Amino acid sequence: MTAATAILLAIALPLAAVPLIALARNRPDLRESVSLAAAAATAAAAWSLLPEALSGERAAVEVFRFLPGLSIRFEVEPLGAMFAALASLLWIVSTVYSIGYMRGNAEQHQTRYYIFFAIAIGSTMGVALAGNLLTLFLFYEALTLSTYPLVAHHGDERARRGARTYLFILLATSIGLLLPAIVWTWSVAGTLEFTAGGVLEGRITDGLAAVLLLLYVLGTGKAAVMPVHRWLPAAMVAPTPVSALLHAVAVVKAGVFTITKVVIYVFGLEFLAHVPAEKLLVWLAGFTVVAASIVAMRQTDLKRLLAYSTVSQLSYIVLAALVLAPLSEIGAAIHIVAHAFGKITLFFAAGAIYVASKKTDVMQLSGIGLRMPWTMAAFAIGALSMIGVPPTAGFVSKWYIIAGAFQLDNYFVLAVLVASTGLNAAYFLPIVFRAFFRPEVAAPAKEHGEAPWPMVAALAFTAAMTVAFFVFNGPVVELEYGILGRPR
Amino acid sequence: MTFAEQLPALAVAVPLGAAPVAALLGRGSLPWALAAVASVASFAVALLLAVAAAGVDAISYDVGGWAAPYGIELRITSFSALLLLIITGASSAVLLGTKASLDAEVARGRRPYFYAAWLLAVGGLSGIVASGDAFNIFVFMEVSSLATYILIAGGSDSRALPAVFKYLVMGTIGATFYLIGVGLIYMMTGTLNLADMEARIGGVADLKPILAAVGFVTLGLALKAGVFPLHVWLPNAYAWSPHAVTAFIAACSTKVSLYVLLRFDFMVFQGSLAEHGVHFSGFLLPLAVLAVLVASATAMSEGHLKRLLAWSSIAQVGYIVLGASLLTEAGLTAGIVHMFNHALAKGALFLAVACLATRFASLALADLAGAARRMPWTMAAFAVGALSLIGIPGTAGFVSKWYLVLAALKTGAAGAALVAVIVISSLMAVWYVWRVVETAWFRVPAAGAGRDEAPLPMLAMLWLAALANVWFGLQPGLPLALSESAATALMRYVQ
Repeated sequence: MTAATAILLAIALPLAAVPLIALARNRPDLRESVSLAAAAATAAAAWSLLPEALSGERAAVEVFRFLPGLSIRFEVEPLGAMFAALASLLWIVSTVYSIGYMRGNAEQHQTRYYIFFAIAIGSTMGVALAGNLLTLFLFYEALTLSTYPLVAHHGDERARRGARTYLFILLATSIGLLLPAIVWTWSVAGTLEFTAGGVLEGRITDGLAAVLLLLYVLGTGKAAVMPVHRWLPAAMVAPTPVSALLHAVAVVKAGVFTITKVVIYVFGLEFLAHVPAEKLLVWLAGFTVVAASIVAMRQTDLKRLLAYSTVSQLSYIVLAALVLAPLSEIGAAIHIVAHAFGKITLFFAAGAIYVASKKTDVMQLSGIGLRMPWTMAAFAIGALSMIGVPPTAGFVSKWYIIAGAFQLDNYFVLAVLVASTGLNAAYFLPIVFRAFFRPEVAAPAKEHGEAPWPMVAALAFTAAMTVAFFVFNGPVVELEYGILGRPR
Repeated sequence: MTFAEQLPALAVAVPLGAAPVAALLGRGSLPWALAAVASVASFAVALLLAVAAAGVDAISYDVGGWAAPYGIELRITSFSALLLLIITGASSAVLLGTKASLDAEVARGRRPYFYAAWLLAVGGLSGIVASGDAFNIFVFMEVSSLATYILIAGGSDSRALPAVFKYLVMGTIGATFYLIGVGLIYMMTGTLNLADMEARIGGVADLKPILAAVGFVTLGLALKAGVFPLHVWLPNAYAWSPHAVTAFIAACSTKVSLYVLLRFDFMVFQGSLAEHGVHFSGFLLPLAVLAVLVASATAMSEGHLKRLLAWSSIAQVGYIVLGASLLTEAGLTAGIVHMFNHALAKGALFLAVACLATRFASLALADLAGAARRMPWTMAAFAVGALSLIGIPGTAGFVSKWYLVLAALKTGAAGAALVAVIVISSLMAVWYVWRVVETAWFRVPAAGAGRDEAPLPMLAMLWLAALANVWFGLQPGLPLALSESAATALMRYVQ
């Protein structure tokens, strides 16, 4: 199989599964087998691209010409290859989890759910493997639209309102800011290809470059940099597997992925270093990191707390990308993986708690660790990763980000990291403590143990990955050195 | 003379010739069949003309062998070829797809005359875009307008009658203004041929009557095109006409008036009057911005689906005028290609409305709750049309937005403000179309309703239109090529 075929397969397979899922709508077992098979096949295609990316090759395939000089084009690039591999792997895990969750909760419209889930993953693959900004934007919007029915899944007033906020903020930022930014880039640079070292140097003044960067950072609403973060808590009305995969991995990572790619391949680190107003965006991202953590401390709804934690962690990545030090770029890339494993574990745990006990509030969790030891142990690992403590994945990426900040003596970034580490600990550790060491306030209405086994298996797997990544991060780090265009 | 040389005449003669025949064919399905066949034949002619016009400056045809400027000239440029494609394509798609809807709405006794009027409208509109002669344009304009009034009032909804009366009064004022303008120019130059006018205005000593003519022609055509604030006839005329008629006229009729406005203005005035470009932009650009913003805002709070889409049409006319009034090649390209893309999007949306109307008695948004459970295929196609209207990448609407933003950015600092206008109105479009999508999908229907889709031919044509939005969103080569060469040709007249 050539790389070009693998690229097209990784994007087409999830979409090809859609009619099959629709056809099997009256046979749940078959429908979910199709979903699982598609997930496995997609992951195989995406992972087969990794050796190519590691060797420094940049396989590309042009699908067709769109406008003169602009085409729909895909390319394997270290950051994208990693993102595609990550999202496709976690699709398998969350499909297993979804089966447990959707059945355990007796949810309605399950066929629609699996259909749009598959489309969303296909769109994510498109974002990850996009060879130019136009292609990226096409799939970015497809991702927004395909996740809308998932957020509005329950169909009640609360879900509709949440979904409306979700859709409107994401479309408003992308059409309102990102699209003009892309057209502007096209009109000054004459290209939208991702080029090492950037395409803008010498073509735009420093002041305008700062405006353009602002358009990109705020226009990529999926990265949830304040003040365009509101959609993310609103999206928590979705079923938990959607929150777990899409709103902790696929959608939000598509956002920070876009910003990182724009910083590295459209602006170029050296060019941006000369743009003084770029610092303003560093401050904005730093502010988001700290402010979102403070908001998260005040949440008692577990999913909303996790959502604000996500907002904070996403801005770690944006911040790291904007520090402009080589090592912090690596840190940004690795944090995409590290945060994904940790946060999906936390969401999986929250969903498992809900299915088993119908509890959604942090205050209700006293003593639940004794009833659901596997789930809460996984939760604890995810929480440690958010804080950035060894032996978890979060430590690795934080290490690189801090190293990058030291490269440039950027003490603002260091202060932000220290402060947020403390804040993260302050809102995650009490939950773990409460679950294991506080006695239950009252016996639950219904006796319960762990959630259905597919859910426990899924969250145990991601928790194990969170720990494993601490030890076996070598290949990923090596792969990501490729974005700097030089070996380790 | 070969067959190919007769194509310009056929584009007009086929529908006009078929019209009286349709009136004689009785009350059965025959008038419809003839109208459909004639439309498809005209569409084939339009396709051949588009291919022929792509390579050349213009295809000129002297009616009856009398040479211009004294005889009547038909003149097919790539601009007119694009419009012919829109007119005949919309007519063919609507006639072939919506027979069930037309049968339900048009009384049996009226059918022969209704289809005769339909063909006259197609012939008239084709005549306008094919004609190279200012007076001939007026004649065809009257033919198409009178026929359109009949079409709008041809259904069973009595609310159409006051709406069409308003349209008739305003349309007649518009046509009269145009005629006065043409008369003034004829008085000063002694010619009715557009190309000849341009050559002779340069020799006119007293320009005052010509300036008055500019005003009359621009206002008259702007009125017919529904340019803000001369749009008041449009929402009700669209809303209460038979649904198939709405789909047809929404796709092409305002665009034909805009075509005449652009062609007349650029060919005759731009090159020959000092400072005309400044006046043209200074007058139309603010109106376009207002149209885009005010009409979109109105659509946001409109509670009736057809009126909502009609207000959106007024906003889209604003986009086209906005692009043209930038007076750059990029701007004109954007405006002209938006004529095509908007015809696709609105055509699909109004076809979806026609499908909905076969199952829902009322098209008020409140009554469409849960419509997607009853008609999932219809509403899915509606969503595709809606995405194209917003300008989501992968749909035809995105291509126009892309060119429009690019053209605005090229005009410098003021362009940034225009980009803001385009962006804000796109977001308003998200708001107003998504209200419909959300109502249809995520609101609970009032009564228990099973799956009950529109008749298959309607659904098939609807999906053809919806997929055309995707196709031309990914492969915009043909409309773009025609629009670019149209824009280049128009810009050649600018001083």
